[in-house]
Amino acid sequence: MEITKKMVEKTATKLSAEEILGGKVLSVKWEPKLKYAWDNGPAIGRYLAELKNGKIIAKKCDKCHRIMIPPRMFCELCWVPTGEWVYVKDTGIVNTWIVGYVDWKAKRLDIKGGVRPITPGIIEIDGASKGMGILHHLGEVDPWKIHRSMKVKAVWKPPEERTGSITDIKYFKPTK
Amino acid sequence: MALIERFQKTTDIGFWEGQIPMSYIYTVGRAGEKFFRELINGKIFGAKCEACNITYVPAKIFCEKCFARLEDKYLDVGTNGKVYTFTQCYETYEGIRKEKPSIVAVIQIDGTQGFLVHWLGEIDFEKVSIGMPVEAVFKAKKDREGSILDIKYFKPIK
Amino acid sequence: MRRVAIVGAGLTKFYRNTQETPKELAYEATKMALDSCEMKLSDIDCVVHGTAPDAFDGVHMKGEYLSDGSGAYRKPYMRHFVGGGTGVLSPIHGWFHVASGMFDTCLVVAEEKMSSAYPHPAGAFLTIFDHTTEQPLYPTLIYIFAIEMNRFMTTHGYRKEDIALVAVKNKKNAMDHPSAQLPAEITVQDVLNSEIMAWPVNRLDISPTSDGAACVVLAAEHVARRITEKPIWIDGCGWSLDTAYWTTRDLYYPDYLEVAARQAYKMAGIKEPSKEIHIAEPYDPFTYKELHHIEGLMLAPRGKSVQMLVDGHFNRNGNLPTSPSGGLLGVGNPIAAAGLMKVIELYLQLKGTAGKRQVPGNPTCGVANAWGDLMQVGTVVVLRS
Ligand SMILES: [Zn+2]
Ligand SMILES: [Zn+2]
Repeated sequence: MEITKKMVEKTATKLSAEEILGGKVLSVKWEPKLKYAWDNGPAIGRYLAELKNGKIIAKKCDKCHRIMIPPRMFCELCWVPTGEWVYVKDTGIVNTWIVGYVDWKAKRLDIKGGVRPITPGIIEIDGASKGMGILHHLGEVDPWKIHRSMKVKAVWKPPEERTGSITDIKYFKPTK
Repeated sequence: MALIERFQKTTDIGFWEGQIPMSYIYTVGRAGEKFFRELINGKIFGAKCEACNITYVPAKIFCEKCFARLEDKYLDVGTNGKVYTFTQCYETYEGIRKEKPSIVAVIQIDGTQGFLVHWLGEIDFEKVSIGMPVEAVFKAKKDREGSILDIKYFKPIK
Repeated sequence: MRRVAIVGAGLTKFYRNTQETPKELAYEATKMALDSCEMKLSDIDCVVHGTAPDAFDGVHMKGEYLSDGSGAYRKPYMRHFVGGGTGVLSPIHGWFHVASGMFDTCLVVAEEKMSSAYPHPAGAFLTIFDHTTEQPLYPTLIYIFAIEMNRFMTTHGYRKEDIALVAVKNKKNAMDHPSAQLPAEITVQDVLNSEIMAWPVNRLDISPTSDGAACVVLAAEHVARRITEKPIWIDGCGWSLDTAYWTTRDLYYPDYLEVAARQAYKMAGIKEPSKEIHIAEPYDPFTYKELHHIEGLMLAPRGKSVQMLVDGHFNRNGNLPTSPSGGLLGVGNPIAAAGLMKVIELYLQLKGTAGKRQVPGNPTCGVANAWGDLMQVGTVVVLRS
């Protein structure tokens, strides 16, 4: 049996957001207060503590010898507890990136008004195993000049402003 | 246990605070449009499945048992019912102690197989009993907005 | 294992905002599916439901909430959820129930009402990222798709203007789909000129957010043959998940999909997918994603899908029509319901009842996939007439 226009036409009633907000149909508003305190656990706890010191720390798997960032307490490939902590560099290369014109709420940035597009990327960290990337932002660079495999270095907040957060690194900038 | 490292200070591990930043607007739907609009008129509406001989309250567009369409089977079921079960609540939904406890009841609307959850008013907890006849007390007409709160509470029928 | 067939299907219209509640949408799709094969709710042994994060509809325990609209009153009922991959996991989940011998008939329902999330469901997507190491950077779903598209493009040397052809094709195909939300005749230039969301992704590279529901009826072989002269068989199922550390795998190629596809092909006895499969519904929430998935489904060699697209290979009258429905780009993207819509398209095409969308040449074998979780889950079904 074919699914026809006639069959689907009464299955759903089209509205616009304005019609809903304007009260054409009844609706109920709700803003849930969903607040959490997530325990860091030993691996991410140490990772954040080292970021506060201006260092990036990884963890090594004694079986596959991968140096993993972010650090983790077990190797998800070998399924064994990981071994020693290893400091890696705060430099790396751009694996991939974007030039963003909207924010995380899908709201458009005022690019014409001079706001710089957001340029997050995946940075493969030097000293970690090949392909080990983290998500971070790129800065001090023309968004349209970012390229694949571009060498970059972390730009840290001043020590007194660091809180033990991934944002203790402000962004990664190109190395000259 | 090789996985567990000994941390002398739990603050070395710490926690990360965050939230799920969402808000919602729910349309009340096709059956809800009938049910909640009629509350403004001081009426409670259900929907009857003839085949199953069930009257649902609030109104629905379908019978969950036989899947018959009920959109042309809406009916006024009156505003009287009986206490099916009840409790007295001392805390808010956020777990905060209330100044004055409230009585919450499941009320079966007379002549139907449908139920509403609502507050009981104009009665002391000690006097509430299962099977007790109650009626809906509506807000003043000008204050009604097509919400379940257009009914203030149910009170005993004297 | 018993053979399992799809014997009926139903679909609501897809819109950006609907008045109906999620369970009313589920009811409409389910009712249509039952009517399509002249079955009653009492003929149904069990129900499975696919629906994506609770955060879209804003109903916690959405499976339970949707159960009555899905026909599950006092029946064995299970909800499944793998993010965007849910809609193609749905028929797989139903298949377990019937293939196992436990049930003869099963309703497979999928629903999403994304418009409840206000002002935009984008906020819900933030919370799929790691709360400590990623959320503080405010990533969004569009960003990670764009990031993947960029890696895909730079690895193969693909051009944006060629990838844009996917939107042109799918939105045109959707002109003939009765449920379609965004059917259109557009040009490559329209795609390139539409506003930039996150380079390399423009507005017309993206499927919309949508409300909608879909349903298929499954039956064991002995029941299916009583219901219809032409059951459409679920001959292959596959699913897999790549690493949870999404920034540590090479995004240029969907390994998660190849693993799932190999499983489904093995089950279906398919050795040369590009020759044995006549029609495909690759998951296309973004333009590049259809091509990415065509490569992951091994329907095109790596790095060759764009040339095949340009050559018309994937058009409705091409050698291997892809997304003849119009896909997510054209029909819309109520997450789980969109995946199941793709499976329904294969069902209609293989049955020969796709109407104006019918691809020529009496196809007898089709594949559909969906993709989700944090970009690393693949779900695949192979259908045959
Ligand atoms: Zn390892
Ligand atoms: Zn009934």
